[in-house]
Amino acid sequence: MSTTLRSALPEAEEDEPRDLWIDESGSDRAFVLGSRAIAATVLAVTAGIGLFLAFSAVPTFGRYGFGFLTETQWQPEADVLGIGAVLVGTFTIAAVALLFAFPLSLLTALYIAEYAPARIKATLVSLVDLMAAVPSIIYGLWGFTLVQPHASRFALWLHQHLGFIPFFRVDADPNAAVWEQTRYTASAFIAGIAVAMMVIPMACAVMQQVFSQAPPGEREAAFALGATHWGVVRTVVLPFGKGGIIGGTMLGLGRALGETIAVVLIISPSFDLKVKPLEIGTNSISGLIAGRFGEATSLQLQALLTAGFVLFLITLGINTLAAMVVARSRSGQGADA
Amino acid sequence: MSIDLEENPTVATPRPVRTSVRAEPSSADSVPMHERRLLSRSTAEQRFELIGCWVAAVALAWLVCGRLMPWHGPLVFTVVTVVLGVVLLAVITAVDAGWPEVVDRIVTTVITLAAGLVGLALVSTVLFIFAKGYRPLMHLNTFVDDMSGVGPRDPLDRGGVAHAIVGSLIEVGIAILVAIPLGIGTAVYMTEVGGRFARVVRTVVEAMTALPSIVAGLFIYTTLIVGLGLPRSGLAAAMALGVMMLPIIARASDVVLRVVPGNLREASLALGASRWSTVWHIVLPTARPGLATAVILGVARGIGETSPVLLTSGAATFMVTNPTEGVMNSLPLFIFSTVRSGEPIYIERAYGAAAILLAIVLVLFVTARLLARPRKGSR
Repeated sequence: MSTTLRSALPEAEEDEPRDLWIDESGSDRAFVLGSRAIAATVLAVTAGIGLFLAFSAVPTFGRYGFGFLTETQWQPEADVLGIGAVLVGTFTIAAVALLFAFPLSLLTALYIAEYAPARIKATLVSLVDLMAAVPSIIYGLWGFTLVQPHASRFALWLHQHLGFIPFFRVDADPNAAVWEQTRYTASAFIAGIAVAMMVIPMACAVMQQVFSQAPPGEREAAFALGATHWGVVRTVVLPFGKGGIIGGTMLGLGRALGETIAVVLIISPSFDLKVKPLEIGTNSISGLIAGRFGEATSLQLQALLTAGFVLFLITLGINTLAAMVVARSRSGQGADA
Repeated sequence: MSIDLEENPTVATPRPVRTSVRAEPSSADSVPMHERRLLSRSTAEQRFELIGCWVAAVALAWLVCGRLMPWHGPLVFTVVTVVLGVVLLAVITAVDAGWPEVVDRIVTTVITLAAGLVGLALVSTVLFIFAKGYRPLMHLNTFVDDMSGVGPRDPLDRGGVAHAIVGSLIEVGIAILVAIPLGIGTAVYMTEVGGRFARVVRTVVEAMTALPSIVAGLFIYTTLIVGLGLPRSGLAAAMALGVMMLPIIARASDVVLRVVPGNLREASLALGASRWSTVWHIVLPTARPGLATAVILGVARGIGETSPVLLTSGAATFMVTNPTEGVMNSLPLFIFSTVRSGEPIYIERAYGAAAILLAIVLVLFVTARLLARPRKGSR
């Protein structure tokens, strides 16, 4: 059209390409500046917390050296502070939680993604999300009152039959006529069960999401070759979802390490360096903070902040690794048409 | 295909084989009809085997527990039943099928049982809290009274947790007033403006979602209460909750805004709309259900979080409505402090408060699901 016009009017001015960049209107400039200001505020607040924690770690490490990480006792009276025992306790509780949560969340995710009838699938996914929304203090009460009696009996059974493994040992006579129940309560084992309830929904949600993205073409090909359902799951779904399994579990681990109130409700605090999850008495970093912040002087408060900083660094590292693993597992998602 | 079937009529009368897939006749009138087997359903034989196995397992477990072995208790009985059931099922399947089928059946059973166990744990948690906490809820004063002047031995028709409910609502209310504009504003900046600074913000915000809630509480405790010398108050607790919720809401909103289709934005800009009106009239309304879900789930998380308020709010036994003035109580904190008191009636009150807290979370959760639904339907 324009060509005919131009040929009809050869004297017309040459078209100049319009400048694509228009000056921003006032409202746009306000929008960009305003949202940048908000983002800067949020950045200042969040980065400020991280920096504040990092800076309060400086005097602590200056005073106690790196022995702070290995010293087991927390005795402000003797000026001996260290998080060796609570670090071990934190990881013991998290390990017990994962021992329960990993198989259960993997199998539940498989059930929801593969075996559940299609019409209840959405409901099951909502239920898993609901499980994640239940407050941790509720799981604490559940573990403390409902699970503890059964779990301590199970701990006794483990001690009686697997007591030759140091991991299952308890300082009590397993075959005593009257069972020393108190030795088997308030342990990392029971706290781990309650924490597992918080890990399961997180891990399960990630795994289920990745499983349901398994390439349908490969699934159908496996079925067409005569594979059983489990054959399809083993050869298609699980290899495809490997990243989701690892990543989901690590996200759950990050949650398990930072959990406070369920742990504080259940455990009886102790500062012994031990890996005896079935026995009474353990502690975690979050439990240490919750128990000791009240009477802390400024120096001890800095030590508690340092403990919190160490915990934050650990969860941050785990979460970052998990995000990388999950992201990599999804990169091949578009490979199948 | 249909001619083929007419020539070989034996094909049309199949023997029921478990995994075989039957060819469906394309023209129904020319061939003798047979039932098309639903591949997803199990056959009558399989169902019969399944029921038989579990009945046998229960019977055998009854025999083993108590009669053959000195094992007692419902837990042991259940475990023995499950183990025997799986073994029996494997044996029965092995009678007329190969090894892959046996494994398939065992795995299916184990996966279903594990999912059932997780479901049982969730249901038992909810039922347990309501079963232990229903008695205080029977009294109206639980919802309208506070605990001032109520002793540990006073009956349940005196005192209540109104102060904790009000405290929770005020603290979470202030926290979301701070966290929602900042969180959603940051998410808008990260998705709609972009650039290098936005990437920095996104990295830091994602990193801060790893902040354990107790460390957020300790940060506020150290800076506001110890550092600035402010008293423990509802405001400090709200700040701790806000600091904890801010990265969560910002990250969730970022995810929601990123899935808004880009062609909507382009269409709006092509019509001459400014960036601001595109965000305000196109992007945010499109993402509204998702944003609402993100916010409500953040609120549910905040209202149930105990550790930040434990460090920052103090625990009042009376109604406090001014968040800047002195100690305040909240539902999680009330539960935490009374359940450890050792007084039976106090513990009962704690479970009552837990039931209220759980009910609030359930209501928030269902609201979030209902708000999220329209988006799912239009997809």
